[in-house]
Amino acid sequence: MQRRQSSKTPKQPLQVHHKNQTDLSAWRKGGRIDLENSVQNDQSPNDQKNDSKQDSLEQALSYFEKVQDRVSLKKNDVLQKHLNTVESIALQRGLPPEGFDVLLNVALSGKLADTVNTRLLKSLVPASVIPENSVISSVSWLCVSKCSSNIQLLFLRWLITVFDFIDHKEQLHALYGFFFSFLQDEKMCPYVCHLLYLLTRKESVKPFRIRRLLDLQAKMGMQSHLQALLSLYKLFCPELVTITLPGKMKTYFKNSEGPWKAAINTVRRRNQENSPVSRLLFLGTAQPQSRKRKWNTQLIIPASSTNQNNLEEDREKNHVDLYSMNESFPVEQLQTFSQLLQNIHHLEFPSQMGSVLTNPLLLHYMNCIKDESIYLRLYYWMGQTLQEECTWCVADSQYEEEFKDFLETVYKTECFLQEGFSSCEEFLYRSLPLWDGFCCRSQILRLVSWIPLSSFSEMKSHLYDPLAQLFFTSSLYFKCSVLESLKELLQNWLNWHVIHLDSESDSQVYSSNTTLSGLVNVVAELIHFVGWISTAALRLENNPTFLLYFILDFYETVCDMYLRYNLPLLIMPPAGVFYPALLSMDSVSLNQLCYIMYRYRTNLVAAKQNELSKKKILQFKFSSQTYQEYNQYIIAMVGCLWTSSAFQKDIHPQGLRMDDELLKKTTVQEFKTSFNIVYHPAMMGYAVLFLQQAWPDDTTFNFSLIKGKKWNWYLEYLYAQGLKGLKVFIESSINRVSQASHSKAGNVQV
Amino acid sequence: MESVDGAVRTLPSIGRLSRGLPFGRPHGQFGLSPSGRLLPPALRSQENADPRRTAFLLHKQWTLYSVTPLYRFSNTRLRDYARLLSAFIAAEKQKGLAVEIGVELDIKVAVSSIPDLKGSDQDQAAILVQLSLRSPASSKNSEEKLIWLGWFCCVSGDDLSENVPEDFTCLPLFLANGAESYTSIVGSWFQKTFDCCFRRLAISPLNLSWMAAMWTGCKVDKTASAMELVFSVPHLPQPLDISYAIHPEDAKALWDTVQKTPGEITQEEVDVFMDCLYSHFHRHFKIHLSATKLVKVSTAVASAHCDGIIKVRF
Repeated sequence: MQRRQSSKTPKQPLQVHHKNQTDLSAWRKGGRIDLENSVQNDQSPNDQKNDSKQDSLEQALSYFEKVQDRVSLKKNDVLQKHLNTVESIALQRGLPPEGFDVLLNVALSGKLADTVNTRLLKSLVPASVIPENSVISSVSWLCVSKCSSNIQLLFLRWLITVFDFIDHKEQLHALYGFFFSFLQDEKMCPYVCHLLYLLTRKESVKPFRIRRLLDLQAKMGMQSHLQALLSLYKLFCPELVTITLPGKMKTYFKNSEGPWKAAINTVRRRNQENSPVSRLLFLGTAQPQSRKRKWNTQLIIPASSTNQNNLEEDREKNHVDLYSMNESFPVEQLQTFSQLLQNIHHLEFPSQMGSVLTNPLLLHYMNCIKDESIYLRLYYWMGQTLQEECTWCVADSQYEEEFKDFLETVYKTECFLQEGFSSCEEFLYRSLPLWDGFCCRSQILRLVSWIPLSSFSEMKSHLYDPLAQLFFTSSLYFKCSVLESLKELLQNWLNWHVIHLDSESDSQVYSSNTTLSGLVNVVAELIHFVGWISTAALRLENNPTFLLYFILDFYETVCDMYLRYNLPLLIMPPAGVFYPALLSMDSVSLNQLCYIMYRYRTNLVAAKQNELSKKKILQFKFSSQTYQEYNQYIIAMVGCLWTSSAFQKDIHPQGLRMDDELLKKTTVQEFKTSFNIVYHPAMMGYAVLFLQQAWPDDTTFNFSLIKGKKWNWYLEYLYAQGLKGLKVFIESSINRVSQASHSKAGNVQV
Repeated sequence: MESVDGAVRTLPSIGRLSRGLPFGRPHGQFGLSPSGRLLPPALRSQENADPRRTAFLLHKQWTLYSVTPLYRFSNTRLRDYARLLSAFIAAEKQKGLAVEIGVELDIKVAVSSIPDLKGSDQDQAAILVQLSLRSPASSKNSEEKLIWLGWFCCVSGDDLSENVPEDFTCLPLFLANGAESYTSIVGSWFQKTFDCCFRRLAISPLNLSWMAAMWTGCKVDKTASAMELVFSVPHLPQPLDISYAIHPEDAKALWDTVQKTPGEITQEEVDVFMDCLYSHFHRHFKIHLSATKLVKVSTAVASAHCDGIIKVRF
């Protein structure tokens, strides 16, 4: 039996260094116990009470260490006193590591009466850790059976409850066979099973042990504790044993927490610890299938389980692993991110790849692994599932909710991986032409945003055509949702492009410019499509601000593609979008348009500078048409908002240019100024408020007062109202000759 | 075998799967029917094949499933698979009791390869799974009662077999005969072990009409039974089926006038054939069968139901 050593220096903070736990107790979600913290807390300085308690505990411990004969509790005041001390300190603060050896020795040696032993065992609440040695020596007491069976049981239950507090477990693992032999004791069997469950490693699983357990099972019938242990054996050695757990099972080990759990929690709370020891058992029981439907007609994402096929192959090949880790880490045990990090070199994907969808840790792992076959496995499964479960493609499918949830899960996975699945893409191409635009609407539209970037030439017939058909025949809300998801699609493509530029910047991704031009074409096609449906939608719906917002939102991404995403492409919005926005009744749209035009300008100027500097020969130049279009728009815009000359100067073929004669026939007075920043219908509200503030007494609303210095004040007022788009537009695109004169301002063309 | 076409089509083309490399991917046609095809390469047994080895598939009703490629399936480990599967079946049947792998169990599983059953030389050999009950009386396995049969096969999937990447085995069609509870257990085991996915394979009316035409063209002896087409009338409160029986020789005569090139069938020919049958029916009963749904085709050669159930007689 080992002698204790730590008791000689009881006040020294313990320096316990954990080996990395690879045992089962480390599976659970809570992580580990922070030992050193708790020890330090225990040693809080200048606490007189603590010191005196410490002294009395030391006295009690030395008493129990020396106690020789059976002492009666009733007659012995000293015993009673020390017992009370131990109990009260244990329940309040927990016992220090060095206390366990003494108390376990005395409790299991049978020197004292069982009532005393029980009370001692019940007060074995750890303040920090329990030294492995003390546990080892108590197991040897257990083997010589000096104590009663009740005490043996209590000890086992204690050991299970405090398993995570034991500082090392190597020697304990060496005693696996001893524990296993206790299985034959019918009373102890459930607790021993639980303990073995905590101790079992792959190397503990041996054919003879399996046979022994199967014998026990034959003798005792279906017992949940045996099931749990056998399932664990199956997990480690699926080629030796198999078991299917009934679906309803919830608890496998009953009532093993004993009287300590509450006390441990109290002590921990007192010691400000934050790692709850919750005994979670996660045997891989798949969700029970409902009996109502035929086999495999239900949409079920499989549960993660170890690929037994591979395990066995490895065993047979007997191959030598480079990492000398011949065992793989069962995915069922993967519960925490730190486990993922520790085991990432010998982790295997589950037998059914579909299960990764509901397992974020495996998705992380997937992100690190460049193995084609994992994508292929997922692809086959998902393709099949999507096709078979699609509620509007399969005639008699009544499980829309299930399908909705599934699509939702797939979408979330795509977001997590930041990458679209090709099985989803194919599903969309296949099913969109049949879609009513209603069933699972938001899920489908979200999946659209993750269609992978490809130069697939039939994008038009497979995506744009069916989408346009639905778009034109559906509600305003649907139109906005489509625009939103197409904006996200564009952003996802652009992000993909940027990431690939970054990751492979040295190795010339686009050495043969065919790929980059292919990409540019695909992106351009999408933008042209959105331009087209936007123009039509604005007409169909009579230019509602709501719709205009989503359209301009899309162009906020488009106008910045060159600078933000490094894509040599800029496409101006069509006139059918530009003019409704320019003449919008709403300042939000106008402000948005100003911002967009400002960004176009910034991007075009940057492109022009790059072109001029000619440091490198550019593969792509913006066509002069883009510049021309921009200039036409800017003339129209400046003419409208600033110089009041839009009707004369607008040169866009679909623009505002009108003969003075025609304009006179409208009998509108001052038609020239009717779209400048004062009279513009979107701005007039601001002008009114400004007049009220500048000339509180004037009730005639004389807008012509806003000129000269007041014009500048008005601008400042507008900026202060949050029209930041207007601000950056005016500051960049309007060349104000002198700050005092406003009328001479001209526009800048690029 | 015509029904296989559905299974083949559920399998996507595997041109690109490199992540994030989107270009140069060939896309298959999405759910389009081929306009013409050659006859009938399916399940053509090799010349030197032993007919006894494939006789088991006749005169039984088979339920069809489509299966995605099997991951890490190896033809050399069939014996291991049988062992694991039989323990799995035992564990599933007595949920909660563990089963040692490798011991003799009530249900014996045999997994074997049938090289004779394949559409072309490139195809994988078919895999047969047999479940038989050991009789408890005799300890020797002389008395074994076959209780369930299932087989995987690959039918003329030339381009599929060629394109299947390493680690995957393409056996896209699964046929099962026996209690569905066993189909479910065996199927689940395959799904778990080889990360594949089983789905019931329905046969579309279009494909059923193809089968009607193809099987009509097959030569059988004169005592053959009538050809029967079953139609279901949609949108009725009560199900109503119309059975249309045609004398096999009449049907053959009609088909011979329709088919232009022997050994080849086109969609157009099938349409003409069916239209002739429909107009004949309309002349007598004033019912437009084209407005109903073809649900079953039954000929002297074989029968097929739209739910994915077939029976080969000859």
